[in-house]
Amino acid sequence: MTESLHRDLGLTDEEHDLIVSILGRPPTVTELAMFSVMWSEHCSYKSSRALLSTLPTEGEGVLVGPGEGAGVIEVAPGQAVAWKIESHNHPSFVEPHNGAATGVGGIVRDITSMGARPIALLDSLRFGPTEGVRTAYLAAGVVGGISSYGNAIGVPTVGGECIFEPSYEGNPLVNVACLGIVETEIMRGRADNPGDLVILFGSATGRDGIGGASVLASAELGPDSNDKRPSVQVGDPLTEKLVIEASLELVAKSIISGLQDLGAGGICCPASEMAAKSGSGIRIDLDAVHLREPGMGPFEIMISESQERMLAVVAAERAPEVLEVCRAWELEARVVGEVTDTGLVEVVVSGETAASIPAAALASQAPLMKRESERPEWLDDLRAAPCGDAPQEDLGGCLLALLASPGGASARWIWEQYDHMILLGTVQGPGGDAAVIRLPGSAAAVALSLDGPGKLCHLDPYEGARLAVAEAARNVACTGARPAAVTNCLNFGNPEKPEVMWSFQEAVRGIADSCRALGLPVTGGNVSFYNETSGRAIHPTPVIGMLGVLQDATAAVGLAFKAQGDVIALLGTTHPDDFGAGDYAAVVHGALGGSVPHLDPKREQALHRLLAQAAAKRLLSSAHDLSGGGLAVALAESALAGGLGFRAAGTEPDMETHRWLFSESPSRALVSLAPEKLDRVRAAASELDVPVTPLGEVGGDTLDFGAFQVALTQAAAAHATHPIGAAP
Amino acid sequence: MTVRAAAVVFPGTNCERDCALVLERLGVSVELLWHTEPHLHGADIVVLPGGFAHGDYLRTGAIARFSPVMDAVSAHARNGGLVIGICNGFQVLCEAGLLPGALRKNRGLSFLCHWTEVRVCNHATPFTSRAEEGQRLKLPINHFEGGYYCDESTLAELRENGQVALRYEHNPNGSLDDIAGITNAAGNVLGLMPHPERACEALLGSEDGVVLLSSMIDSALRAA
Repeated sequence: MTESLHRDLGLTDEEHDLIVSILGRPPTVTELAMFSVMWSEHCSYKSSRALLSTLPTEGEGVLVGPGEGAGVIEVAPGQAVAWKIESHNHPSFVEPHNGAATGVGGIVRDITSMGARPIALLDSLRFGPTEGVRTAYLAAGVVGGISSYGNAIGVPTVGGECIFEPSYEGNPLVNVACLGIVETEIMRGRADNPGDLVILFGSATGRDGIGGASVLASAELGPDSNDKRPSVQVGDPLTEKLVIEASLELVAKSIISGLQDLGAGGICCPASEMAAKSGSGIRIDLDAVHLREPGMGPFEIMISESQERMLAVVAAERAPEVLEVCRAWELEARVVGEVTDTGLVEVVVSGETAASIPAAALASQAPLMKRESERPEWLDDLRAAPCGDAPQEDLGGCLLALLASPGGASARWIWEQYDHMILLGTVQGPGGDAAVIRLPGSAAAVALSLDGPGKLCHLDPYEGARLAVAEAARNVACTGARPAAVTNCLNFGNPEKPEVMWSFQEAVRGIADSCRALGLPVTGGNVSFYNETSGRAIHPTPVIGMLGVLQDATAAVGLAFKAQGDVIALLGTTHPDDFGAGDYAAVVHGALGGSVPHLDPKREQALHRLLAQAAAKRLLSSAHDLSGGGLAVALAESALAGGLGFRAAGTEPDMETHRWLFSESPSRALVSLAPEKLDRVRAAASELDVPVTPLGEVGGDTLDFGAFQVALTQAAAAHATHPIGAAP
Repeated sequence: MTVRAAAVVFPGTNCERDCALVLERLGVSVELLWHTEPHLHGADIVVLPGGFAHGDYLRTGAIARFSPVMDAVSAHARNGGLVIGICNGFQVLCEAGLLPGALRKNRGLSFLCHWTEVRVCNHATPFTSRAEEGQRLKLPINHFEGGYYCDESTLAELRENGQVALRYEHNPNGSLDDIAGITNAAGNVLGLMPHPERACEALLGSEDGVVLLSSMIDSALRAA
């Protein structure tokens, strides 16, 4: 062993000393490798754990909070769902197709490990500017990877978002969220009973993904990133599909007592976490692990991140049943170890002990990092810069430019590559504010949305994070759902840099405050640091995954205008100055500066209640969140989705036209409804103190804003602009 | 009598539960049949559902045709039994020689999942008897390899025998002659790329798939 092996593995000298003192001796190579993955930022959350503990985690219906494979929420009597988001950013930069594909595979196994059948996937994607030399390659590769993997395992990809922005040029984001329905009972990663056997099933263990957690996910990338390609795993969706079915059968038949998937950190991770949680120990016999190739060393076998593998714990007498279920699904399964009462993770190879480490030390005793935090000096200059609210002569041209911009154009080219209909639950698929998925065998549905406003958080991570929670909640509220639970994926730069740590602290504080104010528990999530290449960090990007609940799927409201003659109304208040970090500012003026819109959570929550009430009483034909591009873009999107124009003439209040149309004030929604229902909506709105402004009516083939007109066909052509052209 | 269907499940098949759910709602008793099963257990209808049989590795359907169950499926088809292959099932039927031709990658070289309009071109098949000739059906597609292809003489035969059951109104994938679904010469085997099981409920966007599945159930009842 070389002196600096621990450094090569990403461990500091202090961490190395601590390991020696925990063990009372120098670690073996295998032990060092195990510590390196389990104590990596990715697995241990050593820079973020203290802050994450400030998030609210309790709330109505929360059955399992953070700390397990996924949060579990009861959404209807006797019906529970598992909900979680994870990042696969660095692997997707190094190898976009497999990086993104295995990102899907990883989150799907997390959900499966809870005993839940995965029934919906969503993706939040960020790439560099569309003209960037690698952007088309990365975007096409990532979308293709998600498509090939998600489609093959038979889980619909029902929504998400895709943004092209310069700060992601050297570091794209691939965040994947998954929802599953608990079929029989909630399963957990436990190893409670000494004497139980540990069974590894699924793919063979190979050399792919060695050190994925430590080498890839917990360090910055640089010009040599391609050399890290062997650290990216290669996905096999066929095996994943069989692993899902076998796992759910093992749970349904109550054969096993513990289940955890293998992801970052390989076998080492579930072995140490299950033993640590249960206060037991686990002994792994590496000779029993089925390998893809001969000659693998013990440390490679322990930390290999080969995909499509699960670790199950079962009473010895029932082990044959596990092997039989796996055999029936044509999966390899081996007894690889035993639960002990030693408190140790022991690794045995050819009768020799290769590692013997207290499980708790691996799973939860990574030293917390006290990171310096400092507000960046450049922030004042940025906020003093023009916010981009100057008027423009040709407002119709502005609208068309927004509709054709990479962030504003239809993402149809992406989601048509995803199977979004399988499992017969997709009441509303991609392209709306939120996906609405009916639960199997139930009248109830969930509404799901992802939102991660990097530009807002760049200007103001606290307010930006508050707005992210509010917008994600508003997205599901527009369908008529009650926002119920949050999962989050926090994508940031290098936490060793004080200004990155400051933005992280501010964002976490914003999420916590916004969730508390809106009564939303955070049931799990993921932190992805080191999102920078060659020293340039991404915008702080907390992606909020919102779960909403609709008691009756048939009451769901979409964004599309439905009927000629319907009244169009704006719910909420428009402030004339909400342009900072907005789309009008970016697309029309190329500006990113000023201050971000201010959120009033009470007004936000009142709007959500109004939307839910109106949907339940079937008062609305459509509802659409106002966000990027403000009222003008929302009107255009509802018109385009419904193939119906509108006439919104002469309803402008006392402000400049471009402010009225393009300001991005939060807590607003655009609705359309039959004229005779307007009084009932007004009555409900006045009780909740939500302003209602009638705008005009649905009909014709023109977007008629009064001050200007745009033909529906012209808007449709702009909206169909393909941001990266065909795949390279 | 209750019509009995066997939905074949290859490793990687993923639409079997959807097919079973919809057929059961239409009164059919459905058994999911693992691909190693050599017998059909007396099924009236064989369903080859969509998915990625054997991962679609090598070529779609190329490995599935060698699964043990396929001998029984072929025998069932030869004896005039009803067989419907949906999407990946259509690809398997072509590979197995139960239908002529092959399915190539989509014209645009990308996966496509969206609604299409198809036209019933022969309403005299066991799968289209409830349709009017020329009736338009709203059905979704979901495939990467959906462009039907065959040689000229085969195409001429298909046309002459009325084997082109369904054509796209707006060809999404470069399929020859806009073909969305064909039957064998005897008419008892249908392969189609659109998914009728996904179009059996207004809430999900269309009920037109019921036309095809109910026609098939009618035919099974008539044959009994």
